[in-house]
Amino acid sequence: MELALSPDDAAFRDEVRAFIKDKYPEEMRVANPETDLSKEQMLLWHRILHNKGWIAPLWPKQYGGPGWSITRRFIFEQETTRAGTMPPLAFSVTMVGPVIYTFGNDAQKQKFLPRILSGEDWWCQGYSEPGSGSDLATVRTKAVRDGDHYIVNGHKTWTTLAQHADWIFCLVRTDPTAKPQSGISFLLIDMKSPGVTVRPIITIDGSHEVNDVFLEDVRVPAENLIGEESKGWTYAKFLLGNERTSMAGIGRSTRYISRLKKIVKAEIPEDDPAHLEFIRDIARVELDVLALEATELRVVAQMARGIDPGPAASLFKIRGTEIFQNITELTHRAIGNYGLAIREHPISANHFMPGPDYGHTASEKYLNSRKLSIYGGSNEIQRNIIAKAVLGL
Amino acid sequence: MDIQFTEEQELLRSSVQRLLRDQYDFDARRKIVASEDGIGREQWAAFAELGLLAAPFSEAVGGLGGGPLSTMIIMQEFGRHLVVEPFVETVVVAGGLVEQVGSDAQKRAFIADIIAGSKLWALAWTEKGSRFDLATVTTTARRDGDGYVLTGEKTAVMAAPWADYLIVSARTSGHRHDRGGVSLFVVDRRAANLDLQSFGTIDGRRAAEISLRGVRGELLGKEGEGVKALEACRNHAIGALCAEAVGAIGELNAATLDYSKTRKQFGVTIGSFQVLQHRMVDMFIAHQETLSLMQHLSLSLRDDEAGVSRLASGAKSKIGYAGKFVADQAVQLHGGMGMTDELNVGHYFKRISSINIQFGDPAYHVLRYAQLDAAA
Repeated sequence: MELALSPDDAAFRDEVRAFIKDKYPEEMRVANPETDLSKEQMLLWHRILHNKGWIAPLWPKQYGGPGWSITRRFIFEQETTRAGTMPPLAFSVTMVGPVIYTFGNDAQKQKFLPRILSGEDWWCQGYSEPGSGSDLATVRTKAVRDGDHYIVNGHKTWTTLAQHADWIFCLVRTDPTAKPQSGISFLLIDMKSPGVTVRPIITIDGSHEVNDVFLEDVRVPAENLIGEESKGWTYAKFLLGNERTSMAGIGRSTRYISRLKKIVKAEIPEDDPAHLEFIRDIARVELDVLALEATELRVVAQMARGIDPGPAASLFKIRGTEIFQNITELTHRAIGNYGLAIREHPISANHFMPGPDYGHTASEKYLNSRKLSIYGGSNEIQRNIIAKAVLGL
Repeated sequence: MDIQFTEEQELLRSSVQRLLRDQYDFDARRKIVASEDGIGREQWAAFAELGLLAAPFSEAVGGLGGGPLSTMIIMQEFGRHLVVEPFVETVVVAGGLVEQVGSDAQKRAFIADIIAGSKLWALAWTEKGSRFDLATVTTTARRDGDGYVLTGEKTAVMAAPWADYLIVSARTSGHRHDRGGVSLFVVDRRAANLDLQSFGTIDGRRAAEISLRGVRGELLGKEGEGVKALEACRNHAIGALCAEAVGAIGELNAATLDYSKTRKQFGVTIGSFQVLQHRMVDMFIAHQETLSLMQHLSLSLRDDEAGVSRLASGAKSKIGYAGKFVADQAVQLHGGMGMTDELNVGHYFKRISSINIQFGDPAYHVLRYAQLDAAA
């Protein structure tokens, strides 16, 4: 299923496709890019896209975006995810960048935006805290004004790839007396500042993706405040809207389904009764993807006509993550007894893994994908959003 | 139907509970898993000391005669503490096979050492193309003088890196999928021409790929009757794994309920949200059903009832799906914390996932349950 494309858009699609084929770095094609690549390797594709002017599809032209229509942005997203390219760091390009060009001042724009585009600065997100997960408005990290600085104290958690980060954008409480949402500010903090400590959190798949970030008497120049003090909640919500737009994950699910089909073909003989069951389960999840893709295309077509999609992002997040969890479970089941094995992290080349290559990441993907229905606003929260905003309940 | 434990059974349960509480908390387990061997030799010795390794064996072979009910009691507690040591592999599976089909000499030679805790065992039945079918065997055994010589590959053999002995299924006649023609052999794990490549499993245990290139083996049971013996042994293994899963489910439910009463978001405990209340009610129901089914299966195993094989498959499937549901939801309701290596919830999740592969996944067993009905 494809969008009906104009000849120009079709030519654009072909150009993107050819560009990926020619330019995507071979060394980024590893078993599990999310965990197996070094920071430098992750940045290879970022730099290539930057040189091409394609690094920030969402951004307006004046800040370095390519000036694409909604349709072209969608085409680009579709082609890159279908090809399995590793997306550029979302925290930099998709999240903090738009906050800075929308709510930041000129000095902030000039300082930060070019370095986000070039990949020179790696950003991480200081939102969640031990006591503030779904209920983000209760963040307790304190920022107290002291002359032309803020003194920041607090504990951020689930901070993805903070171990690589140069900067962290934080929700901090500047007005402890105000109502939860109205006392929050949006502050940019240099990770090299004295008092910033990063501690790894190892997850159930054995990988190190997320971290605790401790902030102890960190002195942050007041010029790093985005917008107005205590208006941070508005910026935070704006950012979360961007986070959830691309969570349907059609390209990724489609790729994993085609790999799953190959695994089933190789692992389960046709005369095994399990074969038919897998065929049926795969068909079911393929139909789930088809229905979600059709919904996504319908929403994109509406947006191209200027219609506000409302909380469609919540629908994409719920179904996209449930579908992908289902696919990783089926893949884990398909490799049978080899599903007992799991790679050790950090990955080393001489560590033994049994069974065929295609099964080597099945266990860790299966385990890791449990996070999908939790992070970025749990699926329970997303359902609440739809109940309230769409159904009026 | 609700099992009323005898005084002896109550004593067994409380003594296992005490031992694990003293020696097997989550930190102790973490140290065992991270150690070079990945197994607690001291804990195993303590299990032997307490008589756990003797519990299910009949008195005739030196055991305590506790049968499947004592296995159920022990494994439920082991499931609550995520015990990694190979009780199922050594006592229930290998010990069970030797007791069931071994010669008197073999029983004398092997069972006493199992009970004493001095020897560990593993069962090597899975092969590359076998998936969960006990009869799909390509490893061959050729008669050689008064023994046999085995050649072939076994995959994902749980606990093999720890084992002193392996029980290996090998073909003495027939073709790849034939039920007849498969025999069982005792093989010294350190025998010449046996190559073993270990790897870590998702649940913090150890398994291995095993290559046999002319390895000497000693026949266990009658030639050609290996599948029949394995089927009976699998029923008992399933009984043990189901009890372990039920123990894990109980702990996950308790932890989730506790968390939901203390974790606050939006100014209230998350347990006050109806959607989570209903989820936890379903988890509670799953625990009740699996507990009942576990008892039902254990009694049927004890009495060696005619339909026990079908019931074992049914329980493996039902408890497997229920365990998966509870584990998924326990992680979900713990939020990010449920994803961490630090908290025990994720480790129960992984053990349940592993149980759902060992001796056949829930989808395999629900089909077998249906097929055994059609065949009856």
